[in-house]
Amino acid sequence: MSDSVRRVEIRTPEGIVFPMRIAGPVRRFLALLLDQAVVLAASQVASGLLRGLGLLSWDLYAAASALTYFVLATGYPMALEWKWRGQTLGKRLLRIRVIDEQGLRLRFSQVAVRNMLRFADSLPAFYLLGGAFAFFSPRGQRLGDIAGNTLVVWHPRTRAPDLDQVLPGTFNSFREYPHLVARLRDGVSPAEAGLALEAILRRDRLSPDARVDLFRELADHFRGIATFPAEGTDGLSDERYVRNVVDVVFRETPG
Amino acid sequence: MIIDMRRFVEAERPFWTELEQMLDVIEKDPAATLNVERARRLHYLYQRVSADLARTATFSFEREIRAYLEALVSRAYGEIHGTRERPHRFEPLGWLRQTFPRTFRRHIRAFALSCALLAGGGVLGGGLLALRPEAKAQLMPPFPHLMLDPAERVSREEEAATSGDRLAGQKAHGAVAYFTHNTRVSLLVFASGVAWGMGTILLLFYNGVLLGAVAADYTLAGQSTFLWAWLLPHGSVEIPAILIAGQAGLVLGGAVLGWGRRLGLRARLRRVVPDLVTLVGGIALLLAWAGFIEAFLSQYHAPVLPYGLKIGLGAVQLLMLSLYLWRGGRGEVGSR
Repeated sequence: MSDSVRRVEIRTPEGIVFPMRIAGPVRRFLALLLDQAVVLAASQVASGLLRGLGLLSWDLYAAASALTYFVLATGYPMALEWKWRGQTLGKRLLRIRVIDEQGLRLRFSQVAVRNMLRFADSLPAFYLLGGAFAFFSPRGQRLGDIAGNTLVVWHPRTRAPDLDQVLPGTFNSFREYPHLVARLRDGVSPAEAGLALEAILRRDRLSPDARVDLFRELADHFRGIATFPAEGTDGLSDERYVRNVVDVVFRETPG
Repeated sequence: MIIDMRRFVEAERPFWTELEQMLDVIEKDPAATLNVERARRLHYLYQRVSADLARTATFSFEREIRAYLEALVSRAYGEIHGTRERPHRFEPLGWLRQTFPRTFRRHIRAFALSCALLAGGGVLGGGLLALRPEAKAQLMPPFPHLMLDPAERVSREEEAATSGDRLAGQKAHGAVAYFTHNTRVSLLVFASGVAWGMGTILLLFYNGVLLGAVAADYTLAGQSTFLWAWLLPHGSVEIPAILIAGQAGLVLGGAVLGWGRRLGLRARLRRVVPDLVTLVGGIALLLAWAGFIEAFLSQYHAPVLPYGLKIGLGAVQLLMLSLYLWRGGRGEVGSR
């Protein structure tokens, strides 16, 4: 469940490539446990509802209860993955989803086969075989996924980015020196600019010492590319210096 | 090159939001259809956001925005390209009358191999029991009634039959137990075919050994009439169902192996998966029927139910099932 996730790249006919994050075995197993708890709870509720039948005939009650459990255990993942586009309750809570291996919409036969093969994946116990396949296969597929041409991907929560947090429209003394800004934009590579932007976005996650060291190194690097006069940089911390650099590099015209 | 991120985001964000809202609506109701105008708009937005994603991939860009665009494009891609096949309504009667028997016949060679494996195991199991009767406990399923001497069991069953309905109040429960157990076994026989067919081959052969040993035990003890009368009413449906599970497992294994086929693994599997689902669906129906017969009929012996009647019923069932699988869906449009 860490960030060290495997990815698979989907290439669309339009030539766009986008990565999908493969859901790890731990996250999948937790989703499975949640689903099994749901099935157990639902079969208990159904059994309670059927209790009236027991007054009529214990045989019918036992038959209906056993059948309900069997239908729920085998039908629940199939029905929900089909109805909810690759998600069950457990998968939904853990933000994972079954998708077609080529990123297309799932077909019912794929959902059915990947769930039927649970009987092989769950061998010898606790999904050891399926878990081992999911762990070692490059696309994180258990046997059912291989047979059904499916992948289980993880969609971390995404939200529309808040750009104001990154580039607040405050006064930037560097803009007083357009020729130096031009030199900076010319000299800073996209990779360096991206690195500085990442540093600003993640600054609050750094320890105080690491934060000071990182921004000092970045500021020194940028000072080497374009040296702004002392009156433009007086009182600027290294962090503020880097933010000014990022601002002028990512924004062509003053905001 | 570096682009003006703020201006870019401000200009494009309305389109991202619109696409996100549209996808939310579609995903909430998968059965809903879009009118032409909405479908065109969805396609336009997908292309526009795809282009935005391409720009962020080319230029130095903020990671969070890229992740957001990637998620949007992947969702839209699944919606737009995944609906190429015209969805059709499932028709149970048409499926039963045509689809299942035709699918069965399409893979008849796998069924023949499945039969050969079970029969091969049966010959071995029967032969071993005939040669080494003392190995009965190792060769036969570990059920107490099977460990008895066949003649003793038959006399016990016939005696019990005269002293009232010993299965009263258990039959419905029993039918479900037989159905669920046999379905699990069949699914395991099928699913283990993913191991290049090896799992299916082993399980079919192993079940053949068990079956052959039981048959030999009763036949050698001169109780073959009881054996047929006991097994045929439900076995005439249950054993074909297991054989079809073996057939499905072998088809799956064949697709994994891909001998002599130019298609890649994914294409081979994509081609057989609908047939596998059809076969397993048929197996479930057959086993539901077999479970009912086993609980309500097979366990009753003479004099309650004459052996001739039970054997006759089993034979008729087997004949009807064979006819259905052989002739079902022939002579109709698209038949094979």
